[in-house]
Amino acid sequence: MTARAKPRLGVFKFSSCDGCQLSLLDCELELLAVTDAVEIAYFLEATRKDMKGPFDVVLVEGSITTPHEAELIRQIRKSTKALITIGACATSGGIQALRNFKDVNGFLEIVYARPDYIETLDTSTPIAEHVQVDFELRGCPINKYQLLEVLNALLNGRKPNIPNFAECVECKQKGTVCVMVAKGMPCLGPVTQAGCGNLCPSVHRGCFGCFGPMETPNTDALAKRLLTELGQDKASVMRSFRNFNANAPAFREESLKHE
Amino acid sequence: MANSQAVIDRKDLDALFTLLTEEGYQVIGPRAEDGAILYAPVSGPDDLPRGMGDEEEGGHYRLSNRNDAQLFGHTKAVQGLKAHLYPARQKLWSAEKAGHGFRVVKDSSPQPRYAFIGVRACELAAMVIQDKVFEGGPYTDKGYAERRKNSFIAVVTCNHAGNACFCASQKTGPDVSEGFDLKLAEILDGSRHVFLAEAGSEKGRAVLERLPKQVAEEGDKNAAAAQIDAAAKGQKRAMIAGVADLLAANLESPHWEDVAKRCMSCGNCTMVCPTCFCSTVEDTTDLSGLKAERSRKWDSCFSIDYSYIHGGSVRNTGASRYRQWMTHKLSHWVKQFGHSGCVGCGRCIIWCPVGIDITAEAKAIGKGA
Ligand code: SF4
Ligand code: SF4
Ligand code: SF4
Ligand code: SF4
Repeated sequence: MTARAKPRLGVFKFSSCDGCQLSLLDCELELLAVTDAVEIAYFLEATRKDMKGPFDVVLVEGSITTPHEAELIRQIRKSTKALITIGACATSGGIQALRNFKDVNGFLEIVYARPDYIETLDTSTPIAEHVQVDFELRGCPINKYQLLEVLNALLNGRKPNIPNFAECVECKQKGTVCVMVAKGMPCLGPVTQAGCGNLCPSVHRGCFGCFGPMETPNTDALAKRLLTELGQDKASVMRSFRNFNANAPAFREESLKHE
Repeated sequence: MANSQAVIDRKDLDALFTLLTEEGYQVIGPRAEDGAILYAPVSGPDDLPRGMGDEEEGGHYRLSNRNDAQLFGHTKAVQGLKAHLYPARQKLWSAEKAGHGFRVVKDSSPQPRYAFIGVRACELAAMVIQDKVFEGGPYTDKGYAERRKNSFIAVVTCNHAGNACFCASQKTGPDVSEGFDLKLAEILDGSRHVFLAEAGSEKGRAVLERLPKQVAEEGDKNAAAAQIDAAAKGQKRAMIAGVADLLAANLESPHWEDVAKRCMSCGNCTMVCPTCFCSTVEDTTDLSGLKAERSRKWDSCFSIDYSYIHGGSVRNTGASRYRQWMTHKLSHWVKQFGHSGCVGCGRCIIWCPVGIDITAEAKAIGKGA
């Protein structure tokens, strides 16, 4: 083993479901290699040790939905060298960003007995709208191999192999038959970033867009195809673009066209 | 030299699979899987898509039932031979840290020996083009060259064309005159089901010699010729003549912007095109940094990284990316390799999720649209 100082890693959670942080625990065998390579200084899902910063690298899951979170993320940014956001919530605002399309007070009145106890922001927004982010790792949830790749690249001082092209490339590289062409199923793959490992198309389902817009998303062309040859109605097309990554600009603009 | 022809009965076709397997080949043939015809391992004629046809259009594909006993009544598979001979990901070498430097560990695993059964004219033509790319220049791709040298190619000629086929206008099919080991034409006439067979190489002759067979009659030869004729005449699409010069003269055509409105830069066309050869190199390390590996992966000119050079990407618009794909395939390729890079298989038309049609786009540019 080379004597390499162990970087201090912190894992923080904002508004989210915990699924992305759990991907790190889900690394099982590889997790031992991770703990060999980094010092886990803050990760409440894994350890009660609550060490303070500064950190070398911080993974952030979740979106900013309250004034408290907006303040906390600023403190975290100050205490770390590298800040990596993980998952659809942290990179686009998550499913909770559906509130961005409506008046949040309406939801408060339906959900809570005493809405006046709740302090919340009008919108759910990605971390990068609040502080500078060094790398955004997409997915709902993230892919554990991609997470390992990002940590690996950081430790070894190289660029992570995380492509930004369309999910379709994963289909073709894996030999998956296109569900849109061969089965007439709607699929967001052509406008969605690759990285999930081809989960849905390889089990004969259209892509749901968990990894958010790809690098050059032509959502208009896809929506036109869905509305014509694939026989979808406006409401379904709107819902296709408005889910886990509803607030990602390309998907947001497309869904608004079909309201 | 005219090769001698023979007739193999359908019930003796098993012998071909057995023989190739005995010779140490992994036999790859068409199979109906996941709603499409795919090249996959086959152990005998029973694995072939008996009575299956394929329906194809721009962005549309369905398997259909032919209600007959033909084993090769479909047209081409989703991918040509590319996915086997030039796999989507290939390990090139690995390295281990040694002192202050590193030691390269060559990948010496033996390359597979494939026998392909059911190869179409367009697929063979595409393979010959990739041979030129990977073996024709000063640097040979050793993995490809070895897989090619190891392979056995049994062509089956088409008895009809798919709706997206345009090999006749590209002069790459539907007949095949060279480059194969064995050429078969499937003849089904009432209860008579035979294959007219012809060897095209020493390897092929050695195999054909050992198969149970009868003398080929004029009737079978005529039937096979009529099938090829029907496959050529039945083609609904064609590439316009003089397309190489046309595209070269229209690099600033407003039509590129028109395609860009419809094209999603998803890369499907490049991935299914049997001649597309672009790759990228990916380096990975283990967490400790003591081991590294270099792999080659399929790349596509539709990705932003593809044209990334110092300072940024060169092709930032959909129009420039589609133009790159189409002009390379149909125009620059001629300068680079001496012939077109398109064999007219129609795969890019079928598997484009929005059905963009390279023959129609060429026509539109011709009209100055
Ligand atoms: S199934 Fe979806 S992701 Fe896969 S190639 Fe087809 S459109 Fe693209
Ligand atoms: S450009 Fe299209 S039709 Fe021509 S060889 Fe490639 S996939 Fe086939
Ligand atoms: S393009 Fe020609 S050779 Fe290829 S499947 Fe169609 S008819 Fe057969
Ligand atoms: S032409 Fe079709 S398959 Fe090719 S990148 Fe454009 S949308 Fe995708």
